[in-house]
Amino acid sequence: MNRGIGLTTIRDLLLRLVAPIDPPLMLIAGLLLLLAIGMMGSASPERINAQLMNVAAALVVMRIVAQVPPQRLMHLAVPVYVLGILLLIAVALFGDVSKGARRWLNLGFMRAQPSELMKIAMPLLLAWFFQKREAMPRFRDYGIAAVLLLLPVGLIARQPDLGTAILVLAAGFYVIFFAGLSWKVMIGMVVAGIAAAPLAWNLLHDYQRNRIITLFDPEKDPLGKGFHIIQSTIAIGSGGIFGKGWRAGTQAQLEFIPERHTDFIFAVFSEEFGLFGNLLLLVLYALLIGRGLMIAANAATLFSRLLAGAVTMIFFTYAFVNMGMVSGILPVVGVPLPLISYGGTALVTLFIGIGILMSIHGNRMLVQK
Amino acid sequence: MEFKNPQEELERFRSRLAVAGGFVLLCFTLLFIRFVWLQIVQHDYYQTRAEDNRISLVPIVPNRGLILDRNGAVLARNYSAYTLEITPSKTRDLEQLIDGLAGVIDIQPKDRKRFRKLLEESRNFESLPIRTRLTDEEVAKFIAHRYRFPGVEIKARLFRQYPGGAFASHMLGYIGRVNDRDLEKIEEKEADANYRGTDHFGKTGLEQRYEFDLHGETGFEKVEVDAGGRAVRTLARTAPVAGNNLTLTVDAELQRIAEQAFGDRKGAMVAIEPATGGILALVAVPNYDPNLFVDGIDTQNWRELNESPDKPMVNRALNGAYPPGSTFKPFMALGALTLGKRRPEQLISDPGFFNFGGHHFRDDKKGGHGMVDMYKSIVHSCDTYYYMLANDMGIDNISSFMGSLGLGSRTGIDIDGESEGVLPSQEWKRKRFKKPEQQKWYAGETISIGIGQGYNAYTPIQLAQATAIVANKGVVFRPHLVKFITDTRTGKQTLIEPQPIRDLGFKPEHIEVIRNAMVGVNKEGTGARAFAGAEYISAGKTGTAQVYSLKGAEYKAGSVKKELRDHALFIAFAPADNPKIALAVLVENGGFGAQAAAPIARQVLDYYLLGKRPKAPALPDEAAIEEDDEE
Repeated sequence: MNRGIGLTTIRDLLLRLVAPIDPPLMLIAGLLLLLAIGMMGSASPERINAQLMNVAAALVVMRIVAQVPPQRLMHLAVPVYVLGILLLIAVALFGDVSKGARRWLNLGFMRAQPSELMKIAMPLLLAWFFQKREAMPRFRDYGIAAVLLLLPVGLIARQPDLGTAILVLAAGFYVIFFAGLSWKVMIGMVVAGIAAAPLAWNLLHDYQRNRIITLFDPEKDPLGKGFHIIQSTIAIGSGGIFGKGWRAGTQAQLEFIPERHTDFIFAVFSEEFGLFGNLLLLVLYALLIGRGLMIAANAATLFSRLLAGAVTMIFFTYAFVNMGMVSGILPVVGVPLPLISYGGTALVTLFIGIGILMSIHGNRMLVQK
Repeated sequence: MEFKNPQEELERFRSRLAVAGGFVLLCFTLLFIRFVWLQIVQHDYYQTRAEDNRISLVPIVPNRGLILDRNGAVLARNYSAYTLEITPSKTRDLEQLIDGLAGVIDIQPKDRKRFRKLLEESRNFESLPIRTRLTDEEVAKFIAHRYRFPGVEIKARLFRQYPGGAFASHMLGYIGRVNDRDLEKIEEKEADANYRGTDHFGKTGLEQRYEFDLHGETGFEKVEVDAGGRAVRTLARTAPVAGNNLTLTVDAELQRIAEQAFGDRKGAMVAIEPATGGILALVAVPNYDPNLFVDGIDTQNWRELNESPDKPMVNRALNGAYPPGSTFKPFMALGALTLGKRRPEQLISDPGFFNFGGHHFRDDKKGGHGMVDMYKSIVHSCDTYYYMLANDMGIDNISSFMGSLGLGSRTGIDIDGESEGVLPSQEWKRKRFKKPEQQKWYAGETISIGIGQGYNAYTPIQLAQATAIVANKGVVFRPHLVKFITDTRTGKQTLIEPQPIRDLGFKPEHIEVIRNAMVGVNKEGTGARAFAGAEYISAGKTGTAQVYSLKGAEYKAGSVKKELRDHALFIAFAPADNPKIALAVLVENGGFGAQAAAPIARQVLDYYLLGKRPKAPALPDEAAIEEDDEE
């Protein structure tokens, strides 16, 4: 009997442990993580163990977040956002400079990159904001939301960190979009945006401008700014339909691909697994996004819907911007390939997102009860 | 306040989700189209570019061909040595780097100076040697510290070596690092590909003239490289083909004996095989050590060589132009016979001078030689005979005859940069001078031309060539140093065929007269002392050339005397009836040809014809020249 009780206890414990986890989401994320470890074995074998540690930490964080009910998350929205803004201001004032950009805050015991926090804090806050305005949001509310969004985006863009700024901006925009911003306004913004482009050009840092210039004609500067893009498109193109095989990509193995374990890991993948590999990757991301949108569609509250929708679209933004820049149709802006690039910070952020989706999914029936 | 309908709101939200989903699919489709474009449509192009990226052709520099004398003695060869090289474009602070290196490996100030000089001349991306000929110990020491010195590496390279040092340096020349002028020559030859990786080029002498024969064919190694340019593995290899070997007509032993015969004197000697034009020895002293130039000469040595009053960098045999003095007389006599201006037995009376327009042209011998025929005029070197002859022939006859012997024009020897000398004529004077009164040729100027003075100035090789032509009875061969070129791959020898350029058509009896007279010189005339006891019959002629123009002589009281001394000359061929060798010797400021130049010729002929080696140099060092009126 003792033994039986023991077994039941362990079974209960396991069941409780996996209860908040959404199997389809976990399956897709798990497959992507397997690809990630496989790619690390080709691009940078010495980093496999470190990345496994990152994965373990991210999964633990995901499991914890998945258990937090959306209402609790909503309470966290304002404090986390305020904390994020304060930290961004601190970075602007006291941050460490690395590679020409002021992104890091030295907290004495660790270095933190507060902009990363905003990727989650931003949709959280805006979802909270629109939940508070339960009545049909008025135009004024969108204005306030825009201010709340542009404040951190501005601070991050100033660091300068164009990639993160775009991701935070996108995350916030998705909330506003899902909250029902009228098409007229959006079209008006696009028109205004095109009109204001020359002004924005003047505000960009030289290196950001150069990246944009190089995008359109990378061959102009084959050894300098264009080198990354040229080498990664060569890697992708030479991969062909079936790829050169795992660890057999000459561009990757002979180190022609820069940052091949982080932002440019897609070039390694694409060179070694070819068009079929790319298709598999696109399908996995599409499934992940599809599952996220489905969760959003079935979410219980406005807050959950907006949050789930925005978080899901963050995955899309990561994937699209990264593959777009590595294959040479978007500027190089320093966005990793979600769940696959090496690095703990982005991985944790993404799994917080997955945890949130799981939490919203687990609590979809709450209101009806 | 608007009415809020949760169901309507949810519907609208879901439609927005659908829009978002559609947008996602659209973007992913765009990406997929991009991948299809890159990976299917453009695949071949990118495949090629990936291959170009990873495969690098590394040139393998061929061994330079050897230079051998006619008996196979090695005059120029290669040896392998380690060098320590810096690639300036890969280093930040060059001075600091060299200081750091000096802490590990011995680097002398002259190494630094030489490196700086190379740096100024270099093409940007190449590596330059800071030290050459590292010992094994130095190599090991550097390798232990190499991590501290990015952009510095040890390379095994082949070096040119001239085992004889300064021996025969003016003939061999030297190689040095490729410069812009050399690059132009390479491009002209369309040999750019073959010179990839080559950093030395023939600068003077045979090394220069036969550069493209000696160089060989560069091999290539197909190497897989990583993005940093480091070789990962070798994919294929085309071996280099060593350069062709040059075998010279020169006899190195004869050359050595001739060089040593000069002692510490300055001068030149050229010995030619009359029947082929092959050069047996080409001496120009002082000479210099061509090994100094191979790795780039350091500034101190360079300055010493260039500023030395002895001018060791000047190839006196080809670029020194000297009045021939009395060695001109046999040629004048032959001209007179050929043009019918004299018969051999025709006598003239020599009172000790020749009067022309009230001016006395004096003979060397006071009171004169009395009645003089052609034989005596050569054997005793009678000036008056030739004053008169020159006057009778006229400048243009002299000029055209001497021109046919090759005097005053390049002989065409296979070394670049030969001087023309000066063959005076009316036309030459018109071209040479600017003012009308200077352009006119005065009949009085012809008189001293007859004894090899005046405007006459010829290079020693021209004199040797003229002597060889006479020895060869008027048949002219181009003087040349290379006998044959050996293809090192096939072993095939390409003979440089001795081609008679032309036959001057001298009458044998005229040649006979001159030969007899020149034999007389060595038997009973001005060369008799030098050739006393010779076991072969030789023909010769002494000469002494006045040094008339000296600039700045007044400041250096000590050396004025030496510099004002006459140049000593001697021409000869032997054996007289079947000449195997013809030569011309010039000793700068040597005094009388009989005393300073003839003994050198004697040693050379003794060795060449009899294998006899001299016990001491022909000339005592810096000996005061005994006054003697023999000439």
